[in-house]
Amino acid sequence: MTDGDIWQNAEQLETIMATMARDLQTRCQERGIDRPLMVGIHTGGVWVAERLHQLLGLEEPLGFLDISFYRDDFTRIGLHPQVHPSELPVAVDDRAVILVDDVLQSGRTIRAALNVLFDYGRPSQVLLAILAERDGRELPINPDVVGLHAELAHGNHIKLSGPEPLRLEQRAAPKDQP
Amino acid sequence: MSSSPLASASAIKQLQASSVDPSAFVANPQLDAQGHLRHFLTIDGLDRALLTDILDRAEGFLSVARAPVKKVPLCRGKIIANLFFENSTRTRTTFELAAKRLSADVLNLNISTSATAKGETLLDTLRNLEAMHVDMFVVRHSDSGAAHFIARHAAPHVSVINAGDGCHSHPTQSMLDMFTIRRHKGEIAGLKVAIVGDILHSRVARSQISALNTLGAAEVRVIAPRTLIPACAPEALGVRVCHDLREGVTDCDVIIMLRLQRERMTGGFLPSEHEYFYLFGLTEKRLASAKPDAIVMHPGPINRGVEMDSEVADGPRSVILEQVSNGLAVRMAIMSTCIGAQHSAGQSPEREAARD
Repeated sequence: MTDGDIWQNAEQLETIMATMARDLQTRCQERGIDRPLMVGIHTGGVWVAERLHQLLGLEEPLGFLDISFYRDDFTRIGLHPQVHPSELPVAVDDRAVILVDDVLQSGRTIRAALNVLFDYGRPSQVLLAILAERDGRELPINPDVVGLHAELAHGNHIKLSGPEPLRLEQRAAPKDQP
Repeated sequence: MSSSPLASASAIKQLQASSVDPSAFVANPQLDAQGHLRHFLTIDGLDRALLTDILDRAEGFLSVARAPVKKVPLCRGKIIANLFFENSTRTRTTFELAAKRLSADVLNLNISTSATAKGETLLDTLRNLEAMHVDMFVVRHSDSGAAHFIARHAAPHVSVINAGDGCHSHPTQSMLDMFTIRRHKGEIAGLKVAIVGDILHSRVARSQISALNTLGAAEVRVIAPRTLIPACAPEALGVRVCHDLREGVTDCDVIIMLRLQRERMTGGFLPSEHEYFYLFGLTEKRLASAKPDAIVMHPGPINRGVEMDSEVADGPRSVILEQVSNGLAVRMAIMSTCIGAQHSAGQSPEREAARD
């Protein structure tokens, strides 16, 4: 895969994530959440979650989810060889969880992440924070906090590169793909 | 090492990239046209990259055992049939549990007491299971080559995993051994590994030697009485032969003890269990000549006081119980790799990257 055009650089992303942190604080206050548990989805979601976790000053460690074993397209594309273990530092039962990912398109990653999360326990509620959302939803998944809304040409996609520096790249669809 | 008739994945890719006529090439029956693993029958002919991929995948599956729900939905809706023509409660149980942790439905068929005993041919049994939409056969058989035979006759949508065939191959056992070594030593490359016991009859040893050589071990030694080592071992297996245990384990990083079958004691290969232990049994004293951080392995079940002292089997350098736990993760990795390859042909990594 070749590098794409940089759409948002590290400085711009820092500003966006600061705004997301403020929005998350507001959402938590509205919902009466005082000690949310933050969980990032590997790989890009973890980078975003690490920054939001820091900005919100959360005391409990960050959790990590890998959705590779829960992908609904496994039998079509096989299994990725590098799977990072999911790790939740505390029990999720009756906890408010902030689930963080980098890009939301079809919604299938979030569906899989919710399945992983519920195999660890039953959270009281789940908020979804997304760095960049774009068109192409295939499932009824709606984020609570969004950093950016992307309008892309058909077939193009966006990808978060990182972790140092973080940057959002636009990539063109491969020529031999429909 | 003897040359293998099987082609490696990288060799197939090179061939496809070249102008050579692929039909002139004897392809590895374990791999599909894209070089993906469809069957897992033997280590021979699989390249280092593919073996490393399996070991990497197994790392991810270790976390499943630590989760509150010890299952992932990867193989939900798939049917895996354990065809055990030879009894093995331990191996069958680990395959069954691995399949269940992948959420597959599992059929356990003890063939010796079922259809084939009533006169049905093996191929009829296979066709009937295929008609039940089985996606994978896990095969154990006392005849060498049985798993290859079944793979050759299985329907195109069915994968076959060899769970041990005769004196030939036990590839999943060797992969779990490689996984255990890698977790303790970081890399297989550069290690000195001693395999002690009945090399002549051991399918485990053959697969271990093949995997160690493919993964770049610095030296593989086999240690046993002359009656239990093939005369052609150095050339055919690519190993150094020793008949003295203390000398053989000197400076080794890993010592793999093999199970000694009791029937060998009366088959003219060995005078007695007592004498075997006296000369080839692993004790703390003999272990002292290995590297201080050497690990001791055994595929189980152990004959205490024959292959090794209990002091060693239960000692700090023993990783025997870890091998059992690692076996589940490795078998999950192999099963999911084969099932994932059944439908992944033609899919591009770019497509995966394009999904969120």
